[in-house]
Amino acid sequence: MKYSYFPGCSLERGAAAYPYQQSTEVIARTLDLEFVEVEDWNCCGATEYIALNRMAAYALVARNLAQATKNDGLKEMVAPCSACYLNLSKCDAYLTDDAALAANVNAALAEGGLSYKPGSIKVRHLLDVVVNDVGYERVAMRVTKPLRGLRVAPYYGCLVGRPAFYGQIDDPEYPVTLDKLLKVLGAEVVDYPMKAHCCGGHMTQISEGVAFDLIRRLVKGAADYQADLIVTVCPMCQLNLDAFQGGMNRYFKTNYHVPVLYFTQMMGLAFGYEAVELGIGAELVDARAALARIGVEVPQVEPPAPRKTRRPKEALPMPAMPEEVAK
Amino acid sequence: MPTVATNGRTFFDEVVAATPGDPHLERCLQCGTCGGSCPSGPDMDHTPRALIGMIRAGMREPALRSNTPWFCVSCYYCMVRCPQDIHVTDIMYTLKRMAVKSKLYDDSTAPDFSKTFVNWVENYGRAFELGLMSQHLLRHNPFGVFKIANMGVGMVAKGRISFTPKRIKGIDGLKAILAKAKELEAQDEV
Amino acid sequence: MNDQRVGVYVCHCGSNIAGTVDVAEVARWAGEKLKSRGVVVARDYKFMCSSPGQEMIQKDIKELGLTRVVVAACSPHLHEQTFRTACQRAGLNPYLCELVSIREQVSWVHTDKAIATEKAKALVSGGVERVRYQEPLESLHVPINPATLIVGGGIAGIQAALEIADSGFPVYLVEREPSIGGHMAQFDKTFPTLDCSACILTPKMVSVGNHPNVTLMTWSEVTQVDGFVGNFTVTVRKKARYVDTTKCTGCGVCQDKCPKKVVDQVFEAGLGYRKAIYSPFPQAVPKYPVIDRENCTYFQKGTCRACEKFCSTGAIDFKQQDEYVTLNVGNVILATGYDLFDARRIPQYGYGRLANVFTSLEFERLTNAAGPTGGKIVLRDGVTEPKTVGIIHCVGSRDRHYNSYCSAICCMQSLKFAHLVKDRTGANVYNFYIDMRTTAKAYDEFYQRTLEEGIQFVRGRVAEVTDAARLPGEEGKLIIQVEDTLLGKQRRVPVDMVILSVALEPRHDAKQTAKLFGISCSADGWYIEKHPKLDPVATMTEGIFIAGCVQGPKDIPNSVSQGAAAAARVLGRIQQREIALEPVRATIDATKCSGCRICNNLCPFHAILFHADRAVSEVNPALCQGCGTCVAACPAGAISGTVFSNEQVLAQIEGVLLLNQNGRGAVEQVLA
Repeated sequence: MKYSYFPGCSLERGAAAYPYQQSTEVIARTLDLEFVEVEDWNCCGATEYIALNRMAAYALVARNLAQATKNDGLKEMVAPCSACYLNLSKCDAYLTDDAALAANVNAALAEGGLSYKPGSIKVRHLLDVVVNDVGYERVAMRVTKPLRGLRVAPYYGCLVGRPAFYGQIDDPEYPVTLDKLLKVLGAEVVDYPMKAHCCGGHMTQISEGVAFDLIRRLVKGAADYQADLIVTVCPMCQLNLDAFQGGMNRYFKTNYHVPVLYFTQMMGLAFGYEAVELGIGAELVDARAALARIGVEVPQVEPPAPRKTRRPKEALPMPAMPEEVAK
Repeated sequence: MPTVATNGRTFFDEVVAATPGDPHLERCLQCGTCGGSCPSGPDMDHTPRALIGMIRAGMREPALRSNTPWFCVSCYYCMVRCPQDIHVTDIMYTLKRMAVKSKLYDDSTAPDFSKTFVNWVENYGRAFELGLMSQHLLRHNPFGVFKIANMGVGMVAKGRISFTPKRIKGIDGLKAILAKAKELEAQDEV
Repeated sequence: MNDQRVGVYVCHCGSNIAGTVDVAEVARWAGEKLKSRGVVVARDYKFMCSSPGQEMIQKDIKELGLTRVVVAACSPHLHEQTFRTACQRAGLNPYLCELVSIREQVSWVHTDKAIATEKAKALVSGGVERVRYQEPLESLHVPINPATLIVGGGIAGIQAALEIADSGFPVYLVEREPSIGGHMAQFDKTFPTLDCSACILTPKMVSVGNHPNVTLMTWSEVTQVDGFVGNFTVTVRKKARYVDTTKCTGCGVCQDKCPKKVVDQVFEAGLGYRKAIYSPFPQAVPKYPVIDRENCTYFQKGTCRACEKFCSTGAIDFKQQDEYVTLNVGNVILATGYDLFDARRIPQYGYGRLANVFTSLEFERLTNAAGPTGGKIVLRDGVTEPKTVGIIHCVGSRDRHYNSYCSAICCMQSLKFAHLVKDRTGANVYNFYIDMRTTAKAYDEFYQRTLEEGIQFVRGRVAEVTDAARLPGEEGKLIIQVEDTLLGKQRRVPVDMVILSVALEPRHDAKQTAKLFGISCSADGWYIEKHPKLDPVATMTEGIFIAGCVQGPKDIPNSVSQGAAAAARVLGRIQQREIALEPVRATIDATKCSGCRICNNLCPFHAILFHADRAVSEVNPALCQGCGTCVAACPAGAISGTVFSNEQVLAQIEGVLLLNQNGRGAVEQVLA
């Protein structure tokens, strides 16, 4: 399967989320996903550009959509970063709905020798491509070293599930696709209540107190559920939870140590690749101790003792939950 | 008291016109779902709901002076949960733009962060973290440099900070596109 | 045709029409230009529908010997009946009077006076041309069968059944569950009086069960409906109970001895248990239990049969089959009630994941003395009493993502819950609301009472319910995060138990049931009444009435009122012994019918029969509602509608085009 690829500024070599890029390349090979980088793409603007500009912000993003049309025959563009995914899909959606906006944006693009017909490119998040286009079964077939014994907290963040300009990939309040993916990789997935809550985005630079509190809620939530590590789908989330975990600990005088890895890195490990190939080791909160649990050959692992107490016989029945909660 | 903005439009009309698509602002029941969902709500001058109330009441200056939109983390919970399908997050972006333009917002931290980011993107086509962070900290929080030093050293050691900005090939084209877009926006508002 | 004597009457309707249309000119024009078409008099008047207006027409009919009347006024929906009756009283067949709308179709939709006046003239001309082809018609009279079918044994159905039965006429009450009682039987106390729900309901249930005029069919469903008002033929499937009701004494031993315990998803709202052989509640009417095949060990595996062993009268009959009965009734009342919104659709409220989040119906069962905890308000562990309770209003109501409407009863229900919790446990209670809707008698006083009891109110729509503790005092609790909009501050309120006042929704198979009976549902799924203001219990289908929540969310007094109202309408019909049906009908010209049967399936009222021997279709005039679908569909043009015959419609078109004016079309006239 072939797609246009939009890495985003943070996945560049030497940038904060380069490990995400490395691990994506590795798993793409294994899953027969061919990614063709969009030619000379520019920054999507994150949450900053649109705070100061309206038309220019849409033009900025539309340039990328226009550039993507140069990849002949590739109608879909994959973005591994949730913020890029949001900006690209939002731009296309609003251009499709608002003819006046589309006309103005195209007039601007013309100055750069470009044009874009709204709806020509469909933007996808990398998680969406893996779980829906590749599918859980095909991923399962590639697992050679299941992550048995590892307790993981799947962390989606905000923008992969909301506001779903193209329709929902997963439930915006209680998503489950990453949970299922990690289960397929053999890990023990904790029912992490904060899984779709916000990491704070750029708040570390605006208001330290607010930012660290948001980060603390997420890290504490994972720690409370005895998760060995948090698995993310977005570079901003990874940066906030990982690079700023130390600062958060100092601010609150806590000493959480919950490493944060990308879902592509987890997939890579389950597929049998070496940690170093997947960019593991670049985290500021060291993941070595957590990964030691699965680094060693473990033939039969006793599942950890159930954390729930046995229901007393007077207990009232719980409502039945459907098997499939997603979609 | 509804204050009348330029062209005889009310503040409400101004905000709606400056937001792409139809934000459905007139439907607000003041139920408070947005204010209740907001992760940074407790730290805002006004909850998102209160801010929308102020827009409807025409309280232009207090609304643009509020720190509310600058504390928005773009999590979209408000927009997704609003029972009336009001595009709250988009309205926050509009207010940011209006606040900067009207020069009514007092605290320059957040606007400056955005401005610094925007400068790098407009000159290079890509974001440049090191440049962004150092410029921002030096201007707004010089002592913060020490606090962040630990993390900075860590990031460098792990190869996660780039020392030079990357420039796209089509930077001239991008500049022309952005200039035209800004020109069209200015015309729109006349 | 030239011997018709047509009277044209143009109404001013105050300034409603006259403000845009020059009515005097229209009348004058009709009198002059349509004289050759048979118009002998043309008048205009301020309010044609008033007594003087009607008398004017009647006088002309008598004195000028009018044979046709055209009234140019408002929409026929409003006053067609008025003018037809006026003509009838003056001795002219009512179907020789035609209404032309120059209000809804002209003055209300145009602003240019000149164009509006010309259009009005054209429409009047059309009316005159058509009325010349109209024939005198007589209403059809069909007898009314005095028996009534009531579908749904909740409070509305029960009320209707008692009223009709007490008046001396037979009633068939069909209920899908093993017992009548509906949702009201599940409640503990009712607002605002705090009457025990079962205490006020069961006497009525018993009356119904014992009434000589009521044939009670529970554990039954309607499967087919044929016929028309006064003469419906209904097929009811009486599901096999596997209990012989002639032998069962209702002793309950079978239920005690049954080894198979199942979560009761219906009556206990999933909060309690029942056996595979069960009667839903102790005061059930009728008292006979039913066996749930899917959970019965005998039916699933062939073993057990404990109930049969222990039954002292030998009433268990595993071989029992479903029974189909055919009923002949004159009228039908649909009172099938509501279902509840599925709270799992709002994940941020945690229902289904977080143990101590309950729905309103679960809570009713909790507080009910005959419920799974004997009326004790406890958490999901069945033991612990809550110290703090949060009650959330508007769950799934007033929300574009789920249901836009307000469910009418949740505010009062939430206040009732607050009172009960406070009264029985002394816990701290918070109600989270957007608006307080306490509209009826003694309702707002009840709100005052809860304020005085110390219930706390937070005006804010709850954003989320979570178990992720953040602040001190939150560990081990459910936290309700909400903006207290009156303070303008976000609050996190730790509670032990959360109660969701969920929306009322139409029954999940409401659309199918509506189709079965040939009535309409709105987009939401509630059944559509004939007129939302003035006729809430009738439907557009003659002979079918609706009552209770099936028409829209409402409280018990309103359901009872509607049940009584529907009963009154039915009794009125029964008293008249026959009903006059409008002769607006389609007829098939058998000589032109090719037997293609295209019309048969198109008829929304199943009014067309096919005679296989002659290979022609025929319209049943009593069932036909005159919608015209078959008339349009027939490829041979073999179907014509009385009051809308082909000649009449074509003539009207020619009249509107002013082809009766020396061949000059209407458009030319206007633009000239």
